[in-house]
Amino acid sequence: MENNLITLKSSPKILSSYSVAGNKEHNGPLGNYYDEWCADDKFGKSSWEKAESEMQRRALRGALKKASLSDCDLDLILAGDLLNQCVSSTYGLADYNVPYLGLYGACSTCAESIALGACLFDGGIISKCGAITSSHYCSSERQFRYPLEYGGQRAPTAQWTTTGSGAFIIGEKGNVNIEQVMFGRIIDKGISDINNMGAAMAPAVIDTLVRYFDQSGTKPCDFDLIVTGDLGFEGSEIIKDLLLGEGIDVRKNHVDCGLMVFNRETQDVHAGGSGCGCSAIAMASTIIPNLSSGYLKDILFLGTGALMSPMTLFQGETIPAVAHLIRLTHSEE
Amino acid sequence: MKNKEYVEYVSARSKKSPILMNAVRAFLIGGAICSLGQAIFEFYSVFNSDIKETQSLVSLTLIAIAIILTGIGIFDNIARVAGAGTLVPITGFANAVASSAVDTKSEGFVMGVGAKIFSISGPVILFGTFSGVIYGVIYYICSLIWG
Repeated sequence: MENNLITLKSSPKILSSYSVAGNKEHNGPLGNYYDEWCADDKFGKSSWEKAESEMQRRALRGALKKASLSDCDLDLILAGDLLNQCVSSTYGLADYNVPYLGLYGACSTCAESIALGACLFDGGIISKCGAITSSHYCSSERQFRYPLEYGGQRAPTAQWTTTGSGAFIIGEKGNVNIEQVMFGRIIDKGISDINNMGAAMAPAVIDTLVRYFDQSGTKPCDFDLIVTGDLGFEGSEIIKDLLLGEGIDVRKNHVDCGLMVFNRETQDVHAGGSGCGCSAIAMASTIIPNLSSGYLKDILFLGTGALMSPMTLFQGETIPAVAHLIRLTHSEE
Repeated sequence: MKNKEYVEYVSARSKKSPILMNAVRAFLIGGAICSLGQAIFEFYSVFNSDIKETQSLVSLTLIAIAIILTGIGIFDNIARVAGAGTLVPITGFANAVASSAVDTKSEGFVMGVGAKIFSISGPVILFGTFSGVIYGVIYYICSLIWG
C-alpha cells in the first residue's frame, strides 16, 4: 500500500480559533463555550443565506482579534460551506482583502481547510492563513430538503444541520501543533438514504483510520481523543462496531461533534448534529482550547463529508463520502 | 465488506420509524381534523342550506386555518407529531403550497414565490389533473355504452 500520510516537518500551529453559534446550539451541551452566539438565527439579516455569511464574517473577525492580527497579516483564506457555489463564504468574506480559495468537501470542509492550510504552510508557500467553515440549518434545509415550514416527520436516523461557523488561524506560533495530515479517499458503500448520512460517511472514516493506523504505526490508545465530524449516533455506532471487527478498538476515546453539539434526548435532533459548522464550532469552542491549555495532549480529528447533491439523489445515485484526518498535539512554547 | 452486505448491515441495525405509534397518532389527529371539519359544516349549515356550497366553505376554512398556522410557524410542529394525520387531509396540501411560498419569498415574487410555490405540491396537481382527465374519458365511454 502506498504511503499517503503527510507528516508536517515545520510544525504549523493553530494560533487561534473562534466559534459563532445559533440559538439551538447555544441551548445545547456546549452552549457556554461558544465565543459568540445569536438568539436570532437570522443574525439581523434579511435572508438565511446572508445570516450564514454573517456568521463567517464574525468568526474570522473574532479569530483574527484573538490572535491580535488584522486581515492584512493573512496570506490566504481557505473557506467553504454547504451552499451551492459556496456563496456563504464568498459573500461573508468579501470584505477581507485577502486571497481566497473556496473549498467544497461537504461536512469535511473544516478538516479539509485546516489540513490544506497546514500543508501550504509546511511547503513554505504561506506564513499565515485563515480556515473558515459554516453551515446554517435554515439555508441547508431549503437547499437539500424541504421548505422550513413544511410539515413532515423525520426518520430516527436523520441528523440536524448545525447553525454555526468556526474560524481557525494557522501560522507558526501557538500551543496547538498540526502534526500529521491524511486526506481521505472517496468511499461509496451503496447507501442512498439521505436520512442516514451517518451510515453513508462511516465507511470513509473507517478507510482513513485503518490507513492512518497502518501507516503511522500508532494505535487508538495512543490518543486522548479520536474526534469525528458529524457521524451522529448511527454513524458512530457503526464505526465502533466495524473497526472492532478490524481489531481496532475506538470505543473508549471516540467522540463525535454531532453528538457533542446537541442533546439528543431533549433537543429533537434524532441522530445528532451535522453540517460543516458542526465540527467547526465543536473544534473551535472546545477541542482546540483544551489542546491549547494542555488538558488534551494528542488527538485525531476526522472531518466527515457526504458528497451528494439533491439532484444526484433524485437520479438514484448512492452517497459518496470522504473523511480527512488531522493529528493535533499540544505543544509547549 | 461488499456494498450489498454493508447496505444490509446498515438497514438491519438502524432504528426504524415507529410505524404503529405514527399510525395511532395519525388516526387520532387526522380524525380530529375531520371532526373539526364536520363541526364547521354543522355550524355553516345553520346559515346556508345548500350542501355543496357549505362543503366547499368547510374545505376553504380548513385551508385557511392550515395556511395561517404555516405562516406563524406552528404547523410544522404539529405535523412532526401528527405525520399523515395532517398530511392526508386538505391541510397537508395547503401547508405544502404555503410553506414553499413563505420559503421562497427571499428570491422575490416572480423567480421565488411564482416559480417555486408548487415545488412540493406540483406532482399532486399534475397527476391529480391527469387522473381526472383519464377518469373523465372512462366515464364518457361508459356513459356512451350504457347510456
